Amino acid sequence: MPFSSHTTLSTALIGTVYFASRDDPSPVKLNLSGGSYRSEEGKPLVLQAVRRAEQQLANDMSRDKDYLPLDGLAEFNKLSAKLILGDESSAVKENRVVTIQCLSGTGSLRVGAEFLAKHNQERVIFVSNPTWGNHPNIFSLAGMSVEYYRYYDPKTRGLDFKGMLEDLGAAPSGAIVVLQACAHNPTGVDPTLKQWEQIRQVVRSKSLLPFFDNAYQGFASGDLESDAQAVRMFVNDGGECLIAQSFAKNMGLYGERIGALTIVCTSEDVARKVKSQLLLVVRPMYLSPPIHGASIVTTILKNSDMYNDWTVELKGMANRILSMRKQLNEALQARGTPGDWSHIIRQIGMFSFTGLNEKQVRFIAKEYHIYMNYDGRVSIAGLSSKTVSQLADAIHAAVTRMA
Amino acid sequence: MKTNDFSSSSSSSPSDRRIGALLRHLTAGTDADRVSSVFASPTSGGAGGSVFAHLVQAPEDAILGVTIAYNKDPSPIKLNLGVGAYRTEEGKPLVLNVVRKAEQQLINDRSRIKEYLPIVGLVEFNKLSAKLILGADSPAIRENRVTTVECLSGTGSLRVGGEFLARHYHQKTIYIPQPTWGNHPKIFTLAGLSVKTYRYYDPSTRGLNFQGLLEDLSAAPQGSIVLLHACAHNPTGVDPTLEQWEQIRKLMRSKGLMPFFDSAYQGFASGSLDTDAKPIRMFVADGGELLVAQSYAKNMGLYGERVGALSIVCKAADVAGRVESQLKLVIRPMYSNPPIHGASIVAVILRDRNLFNEWTLELKAMADRIISMRKQLFEALRARGTPGDWTHIIKQIGMFTFTGLNPAQVSYMTKEYHIYMTSDGRISMAGLSSKTVPHLADAIHAVVTKAL
Repeated sequence: MPFSSHTTLSTALIGTVYFASRDDPSPVKLNLSGGSYRSEEGKPLVLQAVRRAEQQLANDMSRDKDYLPLDGLAEFNKLSAKLILGDESSAVKENRVVTIQCLSGTGSLRVGAEFLAKHNQERVIFVSNPTWGNHPNIFSLAGMSVEYYRYYDPKTRGLDFKGMLEDLGAAPSGAIVVLQACAHNPTGVDPTLKQWEQIRQVVRSKSLLPFFDNAYQGFASGDLESDAQAVRMFVNDGGECLIAQSFAKNMGLYGERIGALTIVCTSEDVARKVKSQLLLVVRPMYLSPPIHGASIVTTILKNSDMYNDWTVELKGMANRILSMRKQLNEALQARGTPGDWSHIIRQIGMFSFTGLNEKQVRFIAKEYHIYMNYDGRVSIAGLSSKTVSQLADAIHAAVTRMA
Repeated sequence: MKTNDFSSSSSSSPSDRRIGALLRHLTAGTDADRVSSVFASPTSGGAGGSVFAHLVQAPEDAILGVTIAYNKDPSPIKLNLGVGAYRTEEGKPLVLNVVRKAEQQLINDRSRIKEYLPIVGLVEFNKLSAKLILGADSPAIRENRVTTVECLSGTGSLRVGGEFLARHYHQKTIYIPQPTWGNHPKIFTLAGLSVKTYRYYDPSTRGLNFQGLLEDLSAAPQGSIVLLHACAHNPTGVDPTLEQWEQIRKLMRSKGLMPFFDSAYQGFASGSLDTDAKPIRMFVADGGELLVAQSYAKNMGLYGERVGALSIVCKAADVAGRVESQLKLVIRPMYSNPPIHGASIVAVILRDRNLFNEWTLELKAMADRIISMRKQLFEALRARGTPGDWTHIIKQIGMFTFTGLNPAQVSYMTKEYHIYMTSDGRISMAGLSSKTVPHLADAIHAVVTKAL
């Protein structure tokens, strides 16, 4: 039998946490291992702006379902580029920017990586240690060899900045560096703007090619412009970079798979050639991207009322997460939980690297029915005012009862 | 954004000073010492200095190029017979009524959310798709020997299947028919397979080169993968008869060749979903394994929603389970999980008996209109006494006809008659209407009698 000789898959760590959580019959169980936003009621959220946009699209009988061009919906591409690069971006005005619609962040990373594997002088790509679990798989399958730069410092539960600069400084010229634009996944640890400037200097002086993973614009601080600053810093120095943009979180469009790959080039002529080569990657992968998600995003971005409504809802989500961080930190302080828990409010975005070890994580799952990733990552977005005390109790117990 | 003097050591901590020293060391010898910009490296600014400067402009896709040229043509009588999307008698794209109904239902359902689908996609959609292609009573389904994953239409299903085979199947060569859809070789090559061809189209008969097909498949190494168009072969419109399919099946099973069906036109070819699925079901019925890439682009008019499914029929249920786990490892690093919208529309239609029946009627209407265009074109050429045998127009099936015209003739038709088609002489019957058939017949007649 041709297909019989396969070994059993060892499921990804997130997968086992999910299944354990799913099979737990406890009425108080809490799943903090997922990567999607939850409301204060613990429910998934479809933004009002999205529902309005969808109604508008469905009621428009002039719309058809013909294939999009290979690079996706043109208006979507333009609006997405402006969103991340800014309305006044000179790179955009100089036609040096190629943007193609892709399947959310993952698809953008994969298409970009396949393009680079074919055309970049160096096939080495550096990702942070740790990074999102899917990053190494995406890049390996695209044909790159994956290396790591130091990033998270477990002692401070913050950034190992010196280690990061050293490792980037030692990278071979022309190597690609993946930089998470904001709200680092899984740690929640972001460089300061000052640190970003220093990173930029090292990256440019060593001729490293930045590849930004931009999955949380607006979701980290609540402000779209603030969360774009790191990316724009690099683009403003006139250099080249790639950006993988996702609308999964900031527009709650997770399952619609909508994102964009942007490549900022040094000239219009290069941008044109880059675009033509990108299409050669896309066509044998899925021909052209799906219409629906792109149409929703476009409808919202181009209508100023909807856009404003969206920014308000976005800020609402970000603020709720910030509030959960504060509440958790205060709850731990109130319990006198040993250790410094300030990282919970220093870290940013959907996730927090609690600093709990696997033993403590398993203890918490067993005794408190709270599920987080084995590396100690919790989804703050999955917490609510009602469940914060449950988590605080669990952390307190784990930390005092087992090292 | 304010810039700060980062290399200054005033009012900084010991750690700041250490970082400053490190920075100076790492950027030494470049202009990076200047705070305001870094222009020393190929990845930064200035004319030239691009890491992509060596790139060549990639050629435009041939099929899309036809539409681009058509759009540029100012002639009021121009006709686009290039792209493979259905057009109505009025020459317009068609969104099926059942699709609009399904979409309204989905959008008005406030309980629906937009969470990530599982990596394998919408589970109900997968089950329904497998039933659609294999038959609701398929023993393979009953015995849980089928793995189905939602993919991005036909292309995505072929690519995921190809990558899976390149990783896990012992034979890394796939045989594709000569000719085939232009994207097939690229999909499989990028998936990691090596691509060879088998004879298929016979230009002298404008039909199937059955002898050549059997010879080439016989000569293929044991276990090789063979791409088969389930029905409505693209670009030729030439399909084997059921008797021929049976012979192909026997030969392939005797040589352990792995069938990979491309099913992009189920229901669209003959107008009957079950009829168009017969060749695949014939292979499944013999208990053997196979892959099938299924697309809803044409038969549900969902082109741009990118909905399809890859099914792998295995010998045993536990094998199917392990196959699914490995398919997930192909999908996750490609796009994590597939899109909800198109799959949801399909699921709504397939699970509801009334909507399903309505769909089959709309599908039959599209297929019938195409068959009618074939008849009209054939009769128009006969009426003009156009030299040659044009019966292939009514013998071929599906959206496309391989006219038999050569590139010079095609060029002439475009230039003189503003009729656009791919240079291999393939025309999309779906792009014709009763009003435009005479124009096409005139053009063909002219070009054939001109002896180009």
